[in-house]
Amino acid sequence: MLSAQNFGESGKMKEYHYAGPTEHRFSPYAFNGGTVLAVAGEDFAIVASDTRLSEGYSIHSRDSPKCYKLTDTTVLGCSGFHGDCLTLTKIIDARLKMYKHSNNKTMTSGAIAAMLSTILYSRRFFPYYVYNIIGGLDEQGKGAVYSFDPVGSYQRDTYKAGGSASAMLQPLLDNQIGFKNMEGVEHVPLTKDKAVQLVKDVFVSAAERDVYTGDALRICIVTKEGIEEQNIPLRKD
Amino acid sequence: MALEDICNFKDKPTRKTFPFYASEDTSVSVFTESFNFKWRGEMTSKKASDVPLEFHVPSLFKRPSSRASHSASVRRPFPLSHGTTTLGFIFQGGVIAAADTRASAGGLVACPAVHKITPIHSHLVVTSSGSGADCMLWERILTREIRLYQLRHKRRLSIRGTAKLLSLMLHPFKGTDVCVALTLCGWDKLIYVCSDGARLQGDIFSVGSGSPYAYGVLDRSLSWSLNKEEAILLAREAVFRATHRDAYSGNNVDLFHVTAEGWRQRQREDLKEEYYRDMEKRGKKMDVKTKKAAKIMR
Repeated sequence: MLSAQNFGESGKMKEYHYAGPTEHRFSPYAFNGGTVLAVAGEDFAIVASDTRLSEGYSIHSRDSPKCYKLTDTTVLGCSGFHGDCLTLTKIIDARLKMYKHSNNKTMTSGAIAAMLSTILYSRRFFPYYVYNIIGGLDEQGKGAVYSFDPVGSYQRDTYKAGGSASAMLQPLLDNQIGFKNMEGVEHVPLTKDKAVQLVKDVFVSAAERDVYTGDALRICIVTKEGIEEQNIPLRKD
Repeated sequence: MALEDICNFKDKPTRKTFPFYASEDTSVSVFTESFNFKWRGEMTSKKASDVPLEFHVPSLFKRPSSRASHSASVRRPFPLSHGTTTLGFIFQGGVIAAADTRASAGGLVACPAVHKITPIHSHLVVTSSGSGADCMLWERILTREIRLYQLRHKRRLSIRGTAKLLSLMLHPFKGTDVCVALTLCGWDKLIYVCSDGARLQGDIFSVGSGSPYAYGVLDRSLSWSLNKEEAILLAREAVFRATHRDAYSGNNVDLFHVTAEGWRQRQREDLKEEYYRDMEKRGKKMDVKTKKAAKIMR
């Protein structure tokens, strides 16, 4: 993708011109790709992710979903560096257990979001390279989506896309779910079936244009009855 | 773990606090388990329910001095949210605080609807600018400390005291890339605190990438004797002009009005509407101008 990072100070593309001697330092980070999406409705929340795990030009796995079930009412989607995703989910699971044992109740979605923010910020100077999105039901049973940046800044939203194709998907969601950038439209509330269909369509589009997204789509639908999972195949190329 | 050995990464910080001073001066570092500040000769309780904040600092290079070198940190592969316009000013009817709502990360708008003005308590509102995560967390910490002070001492900490506390809490992080520039807006005072160590009291502050544009508008029309409606209009106009010219500010404007009775928040306004209203006004002016020009030509 053409971006300003590919161009050096002289205006020439870094990869194709000699930019001077460069020192290659060991980087503890790697980018494993993947896209996550979450949508909140009136009484449901949907968290969806693709299942491709890639690095550079290779695909490590076609079946590595990025949605992690935290509690019966909360699902976490994390994409970015897979090593940090695994460690982060381990830490969150441990903290959830600790909370359950000391307070005798499961953590609510809002509390998990606040806790995740402090966990991420404790690594302010060596961050977890993970883009997190939490989807779940709040205490009133309404859908809630919390989106994070890698150092812990978070916000409650109605919908959010994160990961490699986020810049492509977010405007589409703004238009279809937020009815933004359109004049004279009726704002109809989102039903669960329409939301699921929209998520499927949106991921198919993402798989077409983003190389790091594809293979299969895992959708977790959170309602008060529980968490339902669906698997839909996507482009494998 | 093999990766830890390669990076010389220590899983637990060597001391409980950040940064790792050789001879720890505990009256400066805030995040020890006991709150060691002496305020008016009282030592607050040693057994703290405060959760100490522990920071992991990667030690990629062996440093002889025990003072952590803040520049030797791991290069981040992603941009953080930055860029904003916030402003605050005092007038006869209290204090107005206004801000835009865009959070940008690199060239992408990470979130078009962020809250950059947060109330700390009923008479204090803080506008944040700089790095989003840093501001959010430091506001949380400040709110917690102010509340603890209120519970321990049965009175609220003054706004000057709050500013000083915040400045002292940020001091250990001077030189790192924590980027926090907060304006504390009380009902009669405005204090600007920044992670570089600045702590300034003033009548008018504007912070962020769009602040030069906001200052231009404010300096022109601001006076002590404005009434409330005029002040609100002025603040909104200043943010609007800044968002128009600054790429990293935009979307909506949040407005808070703080008086001796407390703060009141205006409903968030989309600046798109403001832009169309402005275009209409200019359209009318242009019509008048072209008519005049046509008359002269004839």
